[in-house]
Amino acid sequence: MTTTMRATADRADPVELARGVHWIGAFDPDLRSFDIILRTANGTSYNAYAVRGDAGVAVIDTVKAGFGERFFRRLEAVADYDEISTVVLNHLEPDHSGALPELLRRAPRAQLYVSHQARPMLKGLFDPEEFAGRITGVGTGDTVDLGGRTLEFFNTPYLHWPDTQCTWLEDEGLLFSGDFLGCHYCDMRLFNDAVGDFRFSFDYYYAHIMRPFRAHVRSALDLIEPLLLRTIAPAHGPVLREDPRDYVRRYRALSKSGLHRHQVKTLAIFYISAYGATRRMAEAIAAGAESAAGDTDAPAGGVRVSLYDIEGSEPHPFVDLIEEADALIFGSPTINGDAVKPVWDLLATLTMVDVKGKLGAAFGSYGWSGEAVPMIEDRLRRLKLRVPVQGVKARLAPTPEEFSACHALGHDITLHLLGRAEARAVDMAELV
Amino acid sequence: MPKAQVTFQDIGVTVTVPAGTRLIEVSEKVGAGITYGCREGECCTCLTKIVSGHENLAAPSVLEDQVLKDNLAPRHHRLACQAQILGGTIVVKPT
Repeated sequence: MTTTMRATADRADPVELARGVHWIGAFDPDLRSFDIILRTANGTSYNAYAVRGDAGVAVIDTVKAGFGERFFRRLEAVADYDEISTVVLNHLEPDHSGALPELLRRAPRAQLYVSHQARPMLKGLFDPEEFAGRITGVGTGDTVDLGGRTLEFFNTPYLHWPDTQCTWLEDEGLLFSGDFLGCHYCDMRLFNDAVGDFRFSFDYYYAHIMRPFRAHVRSALDLIEPLLLRTIAPAHGPVLREDPRDYVRRYRALSKSGLHRHQVKTLAIFYISAYGATRRMAEAIAAGAESAAGDTDAPAGGVRVSLYDIEGSEPHPFVDLIEEADALIFGSPTINGDAVKPVWDLLATLTMVDVKGKLGAAFGSYGWSGEAVPMIEDRLRRLKLRVPVQGVKARLAPTPEEFSACHALGHDITLHLLGRAEARAVDMAELV
Repeated sequence: MPKAQVTFQDIGVTVTVPAGTRLIEVSEKVGAGITYGCREGECCTCLTKIVSGHENLAAPSVLEDQVLKDNLAPRHHRLACQAQILGGTIVVKPT
């Protein structure tokens, strides 16, 4: 990191973003791993902001524990604690709420505004009794008057926690976006037109934090796109004051379906096979699916069926396919009472994208006990896929009856995809 | 033990269940698409539309009512992790 980028690392000055609006956050240039799941070559920043109105000062977000001293020093440079009427937490994760309890103690007049979803989570951060009567839940359209200027809230859940929201300062066209539109890129020059090239960090952050929630990303963009945006002030990374709409457009592009073809549904079968039995089961499932799939060129669409031998690839290239597929079927032999590692490696990638509500199923050949199929089904249910058809197990070489069961599995899942599955009745006592 | 019939519209399955069961337990077992998070009635992830038979579920607790209100839940929506089945027939659909 260059001297220029680090020279001001510990300067106490707040940075003015707009009239009466200051950045009062903290830089963490040495961080290399974030939330376990991300790495960062450039550290990060914990962005917090102060907004001054005629009737009081609002503090928007705080910083990670351990960085409070720098945050409070910058805050004290722009406001006295008894001027602070409002504290907004756009997201409760510890890197933004680390200094919150201390801030509420130091600013006794301040009322805390969080999303409705955040309220029950607060008790995980501090004893809410200590701040009884000072916490307000807000949703889209709710406002706080600071005297001559107003903060407005947008409820934007699951970006990337249920509690996330954005806060809008209309008179400056300034959106405090929380983690949304942020990135882990620490550069003391702060503004996107002054810092180094951070595009890779922006996309990487989207891929690891926002991508599993892309439907929610699109809903948030629907709320944000109509705003007359002049600046986006996220909770991490550069403040986006030059062409802020470019970043909104980038999120729109990243959150679009990449592979979908008009109304065709997609069914992907992933398998791995030691002696060919699980492979032949996969082929029978594919044949069953094809028999129910209909014509993919018809205006009403059909089902496109694909088979993949996961022995032939690393898991990562399959992630795009998994994100776009409407149904996912996994086949694994059982070895030592478990599904095999390449299957678990692939199943681990399912949390990188949104799989909730997709159809899922499992199958596999086994020699002794056959645990792989129910273990995969359990994983799929816990990832919130629908698993409406019981999986198929076959001991060693599948019998004709077991091939028929595979054919029926593919056929039935496809009918579910097409919305043509027959209603059935079961007793809960019969369910595993 | 009294029984009830719960239909999950998204997968077209009707399940016979003992009274007292919570909707989420049935949904999980049958592989329906009701998603859940905390399972403690706080996060509202398992919000479910009760298409019919709302009266065949135990009335929501004060806490469930508050969470439904906070999340602007439409009428006849319940938290599947909280809603206990009393009897009769119920039709549900994941939101």
